[in-house]
Amino acid sequence: MSFLNKNVSETQIRLKDRLWLYIFSYLILFLLIVPSLVVIPMSFSASQYLEFPPKEWSLRWYENYFFAWKVENGFNDWMQATWTSLKVAILTIFVATPIGTMAAYGLVNSNSRLGKILFPIFISPMMVPIILVAIGLFYFFVQFKLVGSIFGLVLGHSLVAMPLVLIIVFSALKNYDMNQEKVARSLGATRFRAFREITLPQIKFSIISASLIAFLTSFDEIIISLFVAGGDNSTITRSMFLALRDQIDPTIAAISTILIVISSGLLIIIQLIGNKENKKD
Amino acid sequence: MTIAEMEKPNERGLQQVAANERLTFFGLTLPYLLMVTALIVIPVGWLFYLSFIGRDGSLSFENYERMMKSKAYIRIFLTTFKISILTTIICAAIGYPLAYFMSQLSRKWANICMIGVLIPFWTSLLVRTYAWLVLLQKKGLLNNMAIEMGLISEPIKIVHNTTGTLIGMVHIMLPFLILPLYANMRAIDKDTLKAASSLGATPTRAFWTVFFPLSLPGLLAGLLIVFVLCLGFYVTPAILGGGRVIMAAMKISSNIELYFSWGAASALGVVLLVVTGIILFIASKLVSMDQLGNR
Repeated sequence: MSFLNKNVSETQIRLKDRLWLYIFSYLILFLLIVPSLVVIPMSFSASQYLEFPPKEWSLRWYENYFFAWKVENGFNDWMQATWTSLKVAILTIFVATPIGTMAAYGLVNSNSRLGKILFPIFISPMMVPIILVAIGLFYFFVQFKLVGSIFGLVLGHSLVAMPLVLIIVFSALKNYDMNQEKVARSLGATRFRAFREITLPQIKFSIISASLIAFLTSFDEIIISLFVAGGDNSTITRSMFLALRDQIDPTIAAISTILIVISSGLLIIIQLIGNKENKKD
Repeated sequence: MTIAEMEKPNERGLQQVAANERLTFFGLTLPYLLMVTALIVIPVGWLFYLSFIGRDGSLSFENYERMMKSKAYIRIFLTTFKISILTTIICAAIGYPLAYFMSQLSRKWANICMIGVLIPFWTSLLVRTYAWLVLLQKKGLLNNMAIEMGLISEPIKIVHNTTGTLIGMVHIMLPFLILPLYANMRAIDKDTLKAASSLGATPTRAFWTVFFPLSLPGLLAGLLIVFVLCLGFYVTPAILGGGRVIMAAMKISSNIELYFSWGAASALGVVLLVVTGIILFIASKLVSMDQLGNR
């Protein structure tokens, strides 16, 4: 058992003195990851009741999700809600990414006092309690008949995604030497061409991760959707929330499994992109 | 013309050009600012105004007065603060050792552990809440396991109450505490600890007098983010609280969905916003804003 006497820190703490910390930390990491995964076996259960481990396996809840076209229990059809969510999330990428990137580029280059003064406004979507943003938008959208529209949802979700794009692209630009653009311009490139051909390729990966995060933010958003979505345009998270408040429908386990697959997939892509960019430096 | 101006004849012109250029660049932020102004500043400002309109349509403090006198509202404030404070404390108690542990590992292993923190961070909030509902309910996994192992004879109630809400919220908030704290701990120069022990400090003393104070900015940033997010939390208490745990955000929502009472909802929202604002203001004085935005 000599490994127990190995030094594990700068202050000559041996492994056996710190075993408790290792056990505790792995336990917490276990508790962080595993509870969400419990829905995966549940989703393949044949039983209406949630039993673990399931006695019989089936795909009935997936069938229910994909093929139950009728409105059940007064809730919107799941597939329609999924399409709405996908449409809104993709449109959110195309609104939030350019606006956030432009703002980040402008803020880095202008370096003005105005930017610092207005900083709270830039990150206000992250700071103002989201419920307040949601009811504010609801009130606002009622006047313009935007409640229940895709356009209204995209506006609301872009609002939440923009600060994330801003932060990611801003930190990428902070590590980027703007003089490269000046060189290009001194050689006769227009400002836009200098950005497109010199800067953009070098911050490409950050912009891609930012857009994936914008997608995920929109796809997972609940509270704004609760107020702004409605009618035929319910989002998947809204339908799930409304269903959860009342009963535990195992179909939700199936949807949850699909959501876990989507978000872990995107997370892995984002991490890989990050590694690629770090290696490049 | 002074001598200095003669030596740099173009200086004023160059400065003008530079200032113009900065202004052009600032112009790129306009779409962003416009959107935030149109969709947050104006609507929230409007809610602020609504909160001061009484039932008869005149300016008054009616909504706030009613809120301060009502026992139901006072209970909601107390619940909101109680849940937020408890969640923050539990997150700190669990998150600090974990972040410390990760900061002591090699980069490679720390990144692997980081995936463990990031997966729940990016898993849908609803999915995690639903998973806890499945685990904690009366015929759920936890109760069944405890009965089979003979720990309890009757299923105990751990969901649709404060306990369930706390478990779910700690699980959701923990990454928000760990991320800034870990970043801070990683940046601490380990040579300071070596110096402390070479000067004769025991490992415990080196930790408390050197490491812990240096990690405080990260801890504080994490605590404040968690607390502020808890104050406005809606989804998890709504599902895991089972209607028994009513927090401010839920009351705002029901005021509008059920009673169409915009004045009351706005007043509660304004209180929530002001409390959040004060905490974030204090936070910005204590830690740099860069750390707060770090997710």
